[in-house]
This record gives sequence, C-alpha cells and structure tokens, in this order.
Amino acid sequence: MRRIPISALIGLLVTGAFFAVALTAQWIAPYSMEEASGGVWEPISAAHWLGTDNIGRDLLSRMIFGAQVTIFIATAATILSFATGSVLGFLAATAGGWLDQVLSRLVDLIMAVPTLILSLVILTAVDVTNLTLILVMGFLDATRVFRLSRAVAVDITVMDYVEAARLRGEGRSWIIFREILPNALSPLVAELGLRFIFAVLFISTLSFLGLGVQPPLADWGGLVKENSAGLVYGVPAALAPAFAIALLAIGVNLVADWVLSRTTSLKGGRGG
Amino acid sequence: MAETLLDIRNLRIEATAYPPGEPPRNLVLVDNVSVSVKKGRVLGLIGESGAGKSTIGLSAMAYGRGGVRLTGGEVRLNGRDIRLADAAGLRALRGREVTYVAQSAAAAFNPAKRLMEQVVETCLHHRLMSRAEAETRAVWLFGKLGLPNPETFGNRYPHQVSGGQLQRAMTAMALCPKPDLVIFDEPTTALDVTTQIDVLAAIKEAIRDTGVAALYITHDLAVVAQVADDILVLRGGKTVEYGATGQIISDPRAAYTRALVSVRSIEHQEKPDARPILSVDHVTARYPGTHFDVLKDVTVDVAPGQTLAIVGESGSGKSTLARAITGLLPATQGRIRFDGRELSPDLASRTRDDLRELQMIYQMADVAMNPRQTVGTIIGRPLEFYFGLKGEARDRRVQELLDQIEMGAGFAKRFPAELSGGQKQRVCIARALAAKPRLIICDEVTSALDPLVADGILKLLLALQAREGVAYLFITHDLATVKAIADKIAVMLKGAVVRYGRKSDVLSPPFDDYTDLLLSSVPEMKPGWLEQVLKHRRMESAGN
Amino acid sequence: MNSVLKLVAQRIALGLLLLLAVSILIFFGIEALPGDAAQAMLGQSATPEALANLRHQMGLDQPELPRYFHWLGGLLTGDLGKSLTNGEDIAAAIGNRLGNTLFLAFWAAIFAVPLAILLGLLAARHAGKWQDKLISGVTLATISLPEFVAGYLVMYFLAVYWRVFPSMAMIFPGMSLWTKLNTIALPVIVLVMVVLAHMMRMTRAAILNVMQSAYIETAELKGLGPLAVVWRHAFPNAIAPVVNVVMLNLAYLVVGVVVVEVVFVYPGMGQFLVDHVAKRDLPVVQACGMIFAAVYIGLNILADVISILANPRLRHPK
Repeated sequence: MRRIPISALIGLLVTGAFFAVALTAQWIAPYSMEEASGGVWEPISAAHWLGTDNIGRDLLSRMIFGAQVTIFIATAATILSFATGSVLGFLAATAGGWLDQVLSRLVDLIMAVPTLILSLVILTAVDVTNLTLILVMGFLDATRVFRLSRAVAVDITVMDYVEAARLRGEGRSWIIFREILPNALSPLVAELGLRFIFAVLFISTLSFLGLGVQPPLADWGGLVKENSAGLVYGVPAALAPAFAIALLAIGVNLVADWVLSRTTSLKGGRGG
Repeated sequence: MAETLLDIRNLRIEATAYPPGEPPRNLVLVDNVSVSVKKGRVLGLIGESGAGKSTIGLSAMAYGRGGVRLTGGEVRLNGRDIRLADAAGLRALRGREVTYVAQSAAAAFNPAKRLMEQVVETCLHHRLMSRAEAETRAVWLFGKLGLPNPETFGNRYPHQVSGGQLQRAMTAMALCPKPDLVIFDEPTTALDVTTQIDVLAAIKEAIRDTGVAALYITHDLAVVAQVADDILVLRGGKTVEYGATGQIISDPRAAYTRALVSVRSIEHQEKPDARPILSVDHVTARYPGTHFDVLKDVTVDVAPGQTLAIVGESGSGKSTLARAITGLLPATQGRIRFDGRELSPDLASRTRDDLRELQMIYQMADVAMNPRQTVGTIIGRPLEFYFGLKGEARDRRVQELLDQIEMGAGFAKRFPAELSGGQKQRVCIARALAAKPRLIICDEVTSALDPLVADGILKLLLALQAREGVAYLFITHDLATVKAIADKIAVMLKGAVVRYGRKSDVLSPPFDDYTDLLLSSVPEMKPGWLEQVLKHRRMESAGN
Repeated sequence: MNSVLKLVAQRIALGLLLLLAVSILIFFGIEALPGDAAQAMLGQSATPEALANLRHQMGLDQPELPRYFHWLGGLLTGDLGKSLTNGEDIAAAIGNRLGNTLFLAFWAAIFAVPLAILLGLLAARHAGKWQDKLISGVTLATISLPEFVAGYLVMYFLAVYWRVFPSMAMIFPGMSLWTKLNTIALPVIVLVMVVLAHMMRMTRAAILNVMQSAYIETAELKGLGPLAVVWRHAFPNAIAPVVNVVMLNLAYLVVGVVVVEVVFVYPGMGQFLVDHVAKRDLPVVQACGMIFAAVYIGLNILADVISILANPRLRHPK
C-alpha cells in the first residue's frame, strides 16, 4: 500500500468536506436560501456566522446552497465533457483515417477560440438555464478531454503490446478496454480533477459576469457579484464565497497533483 | 617505465534511489575498485549494464551523474587526489587534464552552435591556445580522424553531419586541448558495424599519434581487445579480473571472464534444405503516402523447423520485411505463401489460423508486454483466444509454458516491471509458443540484452526449435548471432536482398562487396584484428 | 533559408484559414442553435408580430449564405454593422475601447514577462529546493483563483483597506500617461498575478528540459563555470521554448482581460462585450468575438513562427 502524502490528504479532506456540504445543504443550512433574516450586510454574529448579504439574507446559508449549485453544475459539466471527450478521443485514436481527421480538425477549430469568448457568443443566442450552462460548458470542455485522451491513446496504440494484440487478431473492444484503457486511466483521472477545477472556475466566472446561474438561485460566483458593491465600503462579504472557490480549487488541485505524480513515477518505474 | 597518470585506489561510489512510495534507499554502485593508467596507455573497462564502468570512468573527472557520489578511496590524477578538489579546482582539471567522449555524440553536441565553435571551446576557455592555433589543431584532428573536407567541416551544425562523423568530431573535441587522459564512453556502440570499424580505427590512430592516455569503456570485449593495453572486467560494481589484454583474451582466469570470452561460440549444424513453410515471392512495399519503396522485390523462403536469418544495418529494410509478412504493412506487389496457401497482404483479412501459426517476438520486451497485465494473463490470453482454454486447463498450460522457458511457477502472478530483461524476453517467447505457431518472426530479440543474457535466449530458442519443430525468421544486425543460429541467410541493403542462400554458401567466398565489408567489420576477439582488416582493405583498394 | 520562409508562409496561411473557419463557426454555429437572436432578445413571451418585425430588422428573414458573405465582407473592410440595442455603429464604438484593452494588456505584459522569466529561472536553478517549492506553492494558489476573485482581493486590500490605488480604473482620452498608469495599477496587478503563474511554470519546465540535455553535461565536463554553461549553452536553446511560452500566455492574457475589465469597470472591449451579451446584442457580440479570436490566433501564429525561426535545424538545412 502506498502512503498518501500529507498535501494530497489535505486536498482529499477539503474536497470531501465541500461535497458533503453540497449533498446535505437542505439539512445543515441554518436559514433558507431566500429568507431575509437580518439587516443589510450585518457583521458576523451568533445568529449569522458569516454575517448577512446585500439584502439581509444569511450569508452562510447562501454559501451552503451556493456550494450545492456550484458543485452540481461543475460535476455535471465534467461528467458530460469526459463522457463525450474520452469516448471520441479513443475512437479517433484507434480508428484513425477520416473519422480521426474530421474530429481532430473540428476540435482544433473550437480550441482556436478562447473558451470564454466562444461561450459568451453562444450564451447570447440561447436561453441561459442551468441545463444550457451544463451543455455549453460540457461540450466546449470536451475538446480538451478529447485531445488528451486521443494523445494518450495514440501513445499507447504504437506500443508493441498493442501491435501484438492486433497480430493475434483481437477485436477493437479488447484492444480499447483491455490494452489501452488500463494504461490510460491514471492520466485521465488526473485530468478529471483539472477539468473539474476548470468547470468550477468557469461557472463562477460566468455567474460573476451575470451570464451564469440566474437569480434567485445563486452559486458562489453569483454571491461574489451580489456582494461586490460592499467591498468599496469595506464590507468583506464578497470575499467569503471568493475564498470558498479558491479553497475548493486548491483542494482538488492537490489531489490531482498527487495522482499525476503517481502516474509519472509508474512510467519511470516500468523499466524495472 | 612510464609514469603513472591515473591511480584509483579502493574506490567506492554510492547513489540514493527514490523508489516511488517508499523511503529513499542507498545503493553502492562501485565497491573497492583499484586500477591505474600510465601515461600514453589505454585501459579498457568492460562489463554488462549496471557493472559501474561509466561511473568509474567519470570518477576520473570527479563527476557523478544525478545523485552519484564518490564516498570512499582515492582518485589520484597526476599525483594528487582529485576527490579533495573544490569546485574551482575541478573546473580547472576538467577539459584541461581529462576530457570525455560520450556514447551519443548526437545528444552531446549543442544543436544551436557550429561544430568548430564547440571543438575549440575548451582550449579557449582554459586559455590553452589562441583561437587561430586551436582552429588549426582542430582542422588537423579532423583530417587525422578521417573527416571529409577538414578545412570546412567545422562550419557545419551537428544536425548536418552523420552519426559516425559526429562521433569523430567529439573525439576531436576531446583531443583538441591536448589532455593527459580521454574517457571514451561506449563511443561506437550506437553505430552500425561497418561504421564502427572506421571510427574505431580513427580513434586508435588518434590516440597513438597524440600520445594521450585513455579509458575505453564498452560492453564488447572484442572491441576493447583492439584498442586497450590493459583490461578491467567489472560486474555489479566489483572487480572481476584485471590484467593485460593478451592475458584476458587468451588466458582468462575468472569464470565470468571465461564466459564473456566464449560468449559467441554457440555451434549450430546447418540443416539440409526442405520444402518451404513460408515463401516470400518478389515482394515490394512502401509506407502509405510515400513514393519510395522500402522493400524492393524481395524473394526468400523458410523451411519448417529451420532458421532464416535476415542480416542488415539500420535502414536496410529488414524490420519492414517482418511487417510485410505479418500484414501490418501490406505488400504492394508480390505474394506471400504460408504452408502452401497464399496469405492476404492485409492483416484484417487473414484467418485466425493464419494469425495463430505466425507469431512474432520483439526487440524491446519492455514495451511488448502490457504493463498492467500479469505474466499469467499475457501467456494465457493466446491460449484462451485461439484454443478456448479456460480456468484450470489454462493455468496448467501456462505452467507448462513457464517450465519450457525455464521460469518457475511463481512468475505467473508477477507483472512485467518485476522481471529482469532476460526474463521479460523469455515471457514473450512463451506468449508466442502458446499459439503453437509454425513460424516465429524474431525481430532483433537479443540486441537489447547483455551478451551473456542474449546467449541464454539464443540457446533457449535453439532448444525450442529442436523440440517443437518451429521455424524462425530471425532479424538481426549482429553477424555473430547469425553464425550461431542460421540455416539460411539473406543479406539486405537499402531494401533489397543482396546475397541469399545456405549459411555455408553465404559465408564462404567469393563475396560481393557489401557482404565482404559486413563480414570483415565484425570485431573478432583477438588483439591485432583491427590492423589486419585495415591492411587487407588497403591492399585490396590498392590492387583495384 | 528558402525552406524557412516557406514554412513561415505556410503557418501564416494556415492561421488565416483557421480565422476564416472561426468566422464560419461564429456565424453559422449561432444559426444552428435552437431559437434565434430575435427570440432571445425579446424573450419567450414576445408576440409573433414583434418577433417578425425584429427578424426583418436584423435581416434574419434573408437567406443565410448571402448574409454570411455580407457580414464577412464587412469584417474585412472594417464595417462591423450596427448595434441592435441603440443603432450605434459598432466599429466606431469598438475602436477606442480596443485601444484601451491593448493598453492594459501591454502594461500587464511589460511587468509579467520579465518577472515570470526571472522567477522561472530561479525555480529551475533551485529545482527541488525550498525556493522552488515556495514558488510552486504560490503558483498553485494563484492558479486556483479565478480572475475576479484575485481582482476583489487586490481591490479590498490595496484600494479600500490601505488606499494605495483607486478602486475603479476609469480612464479618459485626456489623461496624462502617468495618471493613466496610476489608474490602471490594480487591473495590471491582477492580470500580472493571473498570467504570471502559468508563464513561470512553463518557463521553469522549458529551462529544466534544456538543462537536462546531454550537451549541458558536455559543457560542464569541459570545465565551464555555471554561468558560462547557462549563457553559452543553455540560453541559445532555451530562447525558442521560452518565447513560445510567453506568446501563449499573452494569448491567455487577452481572455483574462475580459473579466478584469468588468471588475474594475475599465472602459475596454471586454466590458463592452459582456454588457452586450447581457443585452443579447448579437452583432456586437459576434464582432467582438471575432476580434478576440483574431488576436488570440495571431499570437499563436507568432509563437509558431518564432519557434520556426529559432530552430537551427530549419535555419541551416542539410
């Protein structure tokens, strides 16, 4: 059994805590999402552990529900991007030929435009709902997963052991699932973490710009936006959700770093 | 009696290993080695990979790669212990008293600078001579080392010259500052055999004409026998035997040295010709999207239970022939017949029996096995795939196969990373055998292995052939291996077969030019061989 | 030399082709989405008459292909069309703002690039030691911060708490350069923070890669000192990858600008773009999108061209 380094342990703990909060928001939040239970921007007190927001709602409760919204959308978008990106990436790598060409050029094209700019253009023309946000983020981010999984799979496909399997007469499903996938798993898991961080940062950014989660629902990015005006008067309410975003991202990053370093050490150790 | 230049006493070298997920571990790379070199003499360091020969070589510059540390003993150069020198002292001796020639000159030259700039850099840096003097000397050395157009050679960039030329340029770079000692670290290992002999001769002549002393590091005893005055045989970082070259070659005392000397002496009786199992008939092939035939009208055949050796240097098309036969690279012209039936040129349209009866073993056993599968799965899959064996029946057969390759029962549960190089190649052989093939294509299967391990693999292959009656198509660049196992030989050059026939015919005169060159370039394990060959060649060219 | 020019020409041609493809994506991609711009602007409750009116006004009742070519022709001649919300000429509205955005990005680059290369060198020089770990720890933290979070942190401490710089970055044409620089100090700091981490990480990797080459060992074994090794042997080979890193990150900077402008209410293209996305003003958004994409692709081409020019294998063919 390998020992888990302390940094990865912290990362796992932080990430786990956020997911636990998101899953149990309904039961642990002291107030409801929309109930105005105090004055505007009240400071920290026993009744309001993080104070109140720009219209007197309990900030801690909004943060807890915000965690649910943020993590739900980011998780859904990540699953979507992985499901489409990795399947198409493996397919392109093993099939080659025109399918590979078409998919790869399409991905090149989409990635030639910065993701934020492209999604702003798309969000101008469609209704902004949680579903469209997930779809837009998931499909745009699938291009990155596609590139990685295709590159990893191509690296593995040229290995002699895959050639040996082809010479044996194995079918495509054996080659993908038994020869390629077990060797591609570690880099993909690390990438899963990085894509999730990207999704968290991205949905927060969109909501901050007012183009993401729509009121009265709010994710952390939206909470920053709502309370940002207070900063100028010295009210730090906007910094709490900002801090939450950064903490979650750092936590997942620490875990992903660990998975990634395990991958490279595995590669280095292959020579025996 | 010449005076002692380098005197290594009780040298101990250690390094720290960082295995992933485990605490760091201390490794002893070299233990209690003593050796000395007199002025103007050449010492050969010989051993398998991991013997510590490069590590000892670099210790003469007090240099350790990575985390390697000299932890005990003395390294006396020109009378003083350089282990005690400080950073400035080391910089003063490196490049001035001792210089280094690396195995891969292609990587050791800076790609962004012209060759001349790099060759004279040491002289200028240590203020040994003026730029004009240094360049004159460099041009003289280029000529001495047989480089084309010595006056302008230095104007080129490293990528503009060939591998053999770069190796000589690196020798010139090492000799330019007139050092006392040059370390040659496997300088000809990466070269083709016909190039190796020229570089070897050039190095030997340059050593003689400049009167420099040298450490010559190699794994090839026949090579070192040509250049060294004394030889130190190393194994696992310890001294096995140390003596004069003549004594080591003709009268080795240690058992290990005896094994090294006799390594290429497998005798194989040529079998009589028979109706072929595989015939390759006027096959031509090219890679998709190119306009150049990499195989040109190749015709060879293999008899059942016999071995056809395909010999050639890198780029001769010998591995491409294997790809054409297996269907990985469909032939554009010609036919391939197997056991009387014609094989489809394309892999996808071959029957399962076609695939089963024709197996392949690769050069790099490392990447020929899926690192995530156990040995049991690797050997068991063909049993399951071709014969439908499952569960206990399969395990029993895996066991039999492991016995055949002389490995024990415990190996079935291991992963490839837990095996040594030789064991990996044995597992690959078992995987091929599991399919009960009629023919196995062996693509350079011994060239990545140390000589003794390679010998073991060859003996195993011969034993299996005698027992199972399997035929081999054996691809190699090493003529000694060919002599050891072949019944028939095809010599390839630039995609075409230039000589083909029974082993006894191919290896007897009269020769064509290329085969003659190839055969005469294989180093033989006797001192003075190099001079003989060169003299013979000079006479021939004078005769023409 | 000829083959290098050919390669460069090829790369530029490929970039222009890509830009054309992007214009198709931005134009037809939107058409392919469910609903259309008029619907989005008026919302689900719009009457059919109002929708038809707006569609006619936007030209949406015309066939697609001629509309695309008309739009593309306009882009090439500098006629970006009119805004839907206020009928303003888009080119005129963008011109000044594009200048402001480039001004901001330029000053961010001026500080970020040398700093990143210096820190990257430092981290590579002390790879694995505490300096390296400290730098990579700080890097991890800044990578985990979205631009707007970094923006508010900086604003809260530097503008509100310590009152060093103004919190809003409003600049006007008449301001002196010094006042302008003082005004944009905060957004520049944030952009530097955002882009520094990536640029430094990649610089470190590029330099470590060069330092691990065999020819560096050759130089050390010639008895050269550490400075000579770096200057004569590492540096000439590290230029190309480092310049490449810089260019890629400048492209990234162009995107970071969008969010930072909103945070500091800076009158640039980014804020303009975000405003009009909220107003569903498709022509403005498409025009801005094309300009951002063009800058981004242009910097990527520049990166590739520089690596072609810096490669001795291509400069001195066999």
